Amino acid sequence: MVKLTDYLKPYLGRMIVGFTIKLSGVIMDLLIPFILAYIIDDIVPQKNVKLVVFWGLVMILCAVTDLIANVIANRMASRVAGNITRNIRHDLFVRISYLSNKQIDEITLPTLISRLTTDTYNVHNLLGMMQRLGVRAPFIVIGGVIVTFMLDYVLALTLLILLPLIFGIVLYISKIGIPLYTEIQIAVDSLVRVIRENITGVRVIKALSKTDYEKKRFEGANTNVVNKEKRAGFTMAATSPVLNFILNLGLTLVIIIGAFRVNSGNSEPGKIIAFMTYFTIILNSMLMISRIFMTFSKGTASFERIAEIISTPVDFRLQAPREIETGDFIVFDDVSFSYGKDEWGLKNVSFSLKKGGTLGIIGPTGSGKSTLVKLLMRLYVPDSGSIYIGGKDILGIPDDEFYQKFGVVFQNDVLFKDTIRENIAFGRNVSEEQIDEAISIAQAKEFIMQKENNLDFELTTRATNLSGGQKQRLLISRAIVLRPEILILDDSDSALDYRTSANLRREINQKLSDLTSIIITQRVSSIKNADLILVIENGKITHMGRHDELLENCEYYKKVYEIQMGAL
Amino acid sequence: MTNTADVNRKGRLRIILRLFKYILRHKFLMFTIIFLTLSSNLLSLVGPYLSGLAIDNIELGKGNVNFPKVFYYTSLMIAFFLLSSALSYLLSILMIKLSQNIIYRMRQDVFEHLADMPVSYFDKFQAGDLISRITYDIDTINSSLSNDFIQIMTSFITVLGSLFMMIVISPKMVSIFAVTVPLSVIYIRKMTGIVRPLFRKRSAKLGELNGYVEEIISGQKTIKAYHQEENMIKKFDVKNDEAVAAYYNADYYASVVGPSMNFINNMSLSLVSIFGAILYLFNQITIGNISSFVLYSRKFSGPINEAANILSELQSAAAAAERIFNLLDSEIEKKDPENAHEFENVKGKVDLKNVDFSYNDEKMVLKNFNLNVKKGSLIAIVGPTGAGKTTIINLLMRFYDPQSGKIYLDDIDTKNATLKSLRSSYAMVLQDTWLFKGTIYENIKYGKDDATLEDVIRVCKACDIHDFIMSLPAEYDTIINEEGLNISQGQKQLFTIARAMLMDSPMLILDEATSNIDTITELKIQEAMRKLMKDKTCFVIAHRLSTIKNADRILVINDGKIIEQGTHEELLKKGGFYQKLFYSQFGNIA
Repeated sequence: MVKLTDYLKPYLGRMIVGFTIKLSGVIMDLLIPFILAYIIDDIVPQKNVKLVVFWGLVMILCAVTDLIANVIANRMASRVAGNITRNIRHDLFVRISYLSNKQIDEITLPTLISRLTTDTYNVHNLLGMMQRLGVRAPFIVIGGVIVTFMLDYVLALTLLILLPLIFGIVLYISKIGIPLYTEIQIAVDSLVRVIRENITGVRVIKALSKTDYEKKRFEGANTNVVNKEKRAGFTMAATSPVLNFILNLGLTLVIIIGAFRVNSGNSEPGKIIAFMTYFTIILNSMLMISRIFMTFSKGTASFERIAEIISTPVDFRLQAPREIETGDFIVFDDVSFSYGKDEWGLKNVSFSLKKGGTLGIIGPTGSGKSTLVKLLMRLYVPDSGSIYIGGKDILGIPDDEFYQKFGVVFQNDVLFKDTIRENIAFGRNVSEEQIDEAISIAQAKEFIMQKENNLDFELTTRATNLSGGQKQRLLISRAIVLRPEILILDDSDSALDYRTSANLRREINQKLSDLTSIIITQRVSSIKNADLILVIENGKITHMGRHDELLENCEYYKKVYEIQMGAL
Repeated sequence: MTNTADVNRKGRLRIILRLFKYILRHKFLMFTIIFLTLSSNLLSLVGPYLSGLAIDNIELGKGNVNFPKVFYYTSLMIAFFLLSSALSYLLSILMIKLSQNIIYRMRQDVFEHLADMPVSYFDKFQAGDLISRITYDIDTINSSLSNDFIQIMTSFITVLGSLFMMIVISPKMVSIFAVTVPLSVIYIRKMTGIVRPLFRKRSAKLGELNGYVEEIISGQKTIKAYHQEENMIKKFDVKNDEAVAAYYNADYYASVVGPSMNFINNMSLSLVSIFGAILYLFNQITIGNISSFVLYSRKFSGPINEAANILSELQSAAAAAERIFNLLDSEIEKKDPENAHEFENVKGKVDLKNVDFSYNDEKMVLKNFNLNVKKGSLIAIVGPTGAGKTTIINLLMRFYDPQSGKIYLDDIDTKNATLKSLRSSYAMVLQDTWLFKGTIYENIKYGKDDATLEDVIRVCKACDIHDFIMSLPAEYDTIINEEGLNISQGQKQLFTIARAMLMDSPMLILDEATSNIDTITELKIQEAMRKLMKDKTCFVIAHRLSTIKNADRILVINDGKIIEQGTHEELLKKGGFYQKLFYSQFGNIA
């Protein structure tokens, strides 16, 4: 598992420099009352105005140095905290980007989002606070302890005896504290989930007038977070009073022992008074530390959640390249896959398709059609069996080579908040001509030209400013713009009228003739010219063949066809 | 210049007042906290006093220590420390309670306001940005409210007390503060001016980053398929850098404030000692006076120092509060007019009269649109994509209101009716299915709270999804969520159809409701669908013309206008747009 110290390491040098600068500021700050005491106790009785002014100026000098040192140190600290947070966030985002679909299914989206947002923010807080306040207090504690030792080591020992007790308590509270903060973050995950669901489902919620119900649901999530916060807060809040009490108990002990020592002539009352002054200083600093402690526990809990994701093992590793002799372009060889333990996604699927061919897939809802495509695209890895493209086992093809073969439109695919042009190019190097060709093939040109700024038209988030059919045509443009070897359309003409859909298919056939395409659809008309049609029912291929063959020997297919044509 | 500054100040004051309102809801808690803080401040003086008494008894010297007295005072000390620790724990707990109650209320307010926002609002904002407001911004407000506010309020009293004592000791020396205090005030005001926009930017940039994150993570499957991870990471890095830079920029100036205030204090301390020493030399004051003046000046400047230190926190809280209040101030869905009509026993006569509508005031989607629908009739809407079909649904449901023209239901202007009663007159099934995290049972009975499991099973059987549900590990109690991993798109549509069936509303809207359902299943549920639609006014948008053949009237929409209408047979005979559309589904484009 990644540790926070791994991220601190590269900045150790800068942090030490910052600490040193800060320390010099702290020393200057502590010198000022010292000089003040000196002026009052020693200079003033001499009645020397010049010396008074001189030492006064020294004080001002200290104040200036203190100012400069603190500003520099604070800025350095803030820069370091920012940089480390940036690195952590970057690593987290990178890891999330490469999580497999199976892993994302298990982790779920809302928690990924809250880890990237609120958790990284908690860590940022921790880093900033530790550097800004974490220097002065420990320095004063250590310095204070040393001074008390010089004053009277026996009395100082009573203080030292308390230290293990204090550390023990701090350790114990942090041990129960950190899991409490983890729980808070889990509660935040559900909060994020409810908010997201409400944003994506706004139409349904409003249509069903469930606004009040949703408010209640949010109230539940909100109450949960608040209760967890309270629980963690109540626990952590005990630190400061308990420490306070123990230290003051030590103080009382010092007085009693001091009384005996004075009585036996081993110490003087003045020493005890001085001792107690320093003791108070130490006490205040300890309390300061205990205050940092809460931010610390919260930040640590959050970092652990982040580290958990960053350290998620890579569950797909490229295998050694493996090839078979075949004249076919796409080959499924006895492929089986299940999402969970009991439910089968696909069972013993075998078929092959020639290069440039068209594969049609049809079958009842939930029979595993989309799963087949996801396996081909390596979004999931089959439990058994192999898939080959161009004779190569897909599990051995490097990512760059593999993914550029495909152009794909999923069911309910997403467009991003950006221009139409950027959504089609999608980060790839695409020329103006290619975009123009793609949008004309995809039947999208007409509506794009009607939009303001044409290709530079800004889509809203989730492309809510496009109609369903417009979205699908943009998605298809995105899929074909680089003339991929394989085009996958998963029910992606469902929002197109038949005419547009037919024009689209004709254009693809004419202009992208060497394209191998896989079309999942409910419409027989979309696949009746396919070279191979798979009928998938309940995760199994029940029939395969060409349109005419299936009409003869596949009851299901025939029935679908008749119903759809029966409209005649 | 002064005008904008004035407006800014007013705005700031308003934000503070509004925040204060949240605290004032818990008056009792607040006053208890202030009282306890004050008394614990007083108690903090008792400890040193007791220890002083104990030491007085030690001071008698070797062999003369008065042990009984020492033990007496030390045991008093222990008792007192126990009391003060208990008190401070109690105080912490009350503080946490107060701040958590406030944060709870605030989150609830924001969410409830969001929930009342019109649909168009959500089409504009990224989910991540809204999430960021409810989480980050509210947290920021909270951390400053819970710590800083109370601190400032209690320290105010200390400041006044010390000032009084100092004036009593030496009015002349107080004149030093006549210089340094205004200096601090001017400085703080100047810094506030600089820091405020920076904190505003910091909140906004973080919101932007979160918006991006939410969108990208939601689209991860597509990004994988196009192998665009690296590009997305590059874009993320830009946003990440911007967010970190905005954070740093705010810190850059804010981190100067604390040390600067400390500097001003140290300066005044230095001046006090020089000035005091000189005064002493001229026999104006005693040494004891100087030392107690110094003590009080520390007490005096301490809280001011603290206040300056938390200035940055306060500023970030103010920036966050601004984002929250902006959201709370944005217009919610139009409130129902007074004496609004409650639709009951809706018959289902729908009329649209001279409706003009556009989403962005630029391109008209519907132009002078007229439509009269008799009760109980089945209206199918067809036409090329982007022609405005879904827009009609948006208007019927009043997700949007037309720029001009009127929409009537049972001859009542829908604008004069309650939104709730209007919307619950319809059951609606959209192409974009929506499921929330919960059991299947909960998801299906979502539109009808009092539905029993038997009711749910009945509609699921009618929708041919019962067998599938029974094959799941926990059957109807299986938990599904938005991502719905092992549920196909078509099955999701069946769920939402079942949801609509359960509702039994007088009117029905189906917008591409069966687009992802296979033909055989569609046929199987047709009987149920027909029953569902029976005697109800139905609006159906579909591309599968087989589903709309039986419509009482088919509207062919193009470019925001009805270009053809009639029954299936009439339109086919007519040989226009519809005929072409119809024959194209058989592959032979006419």
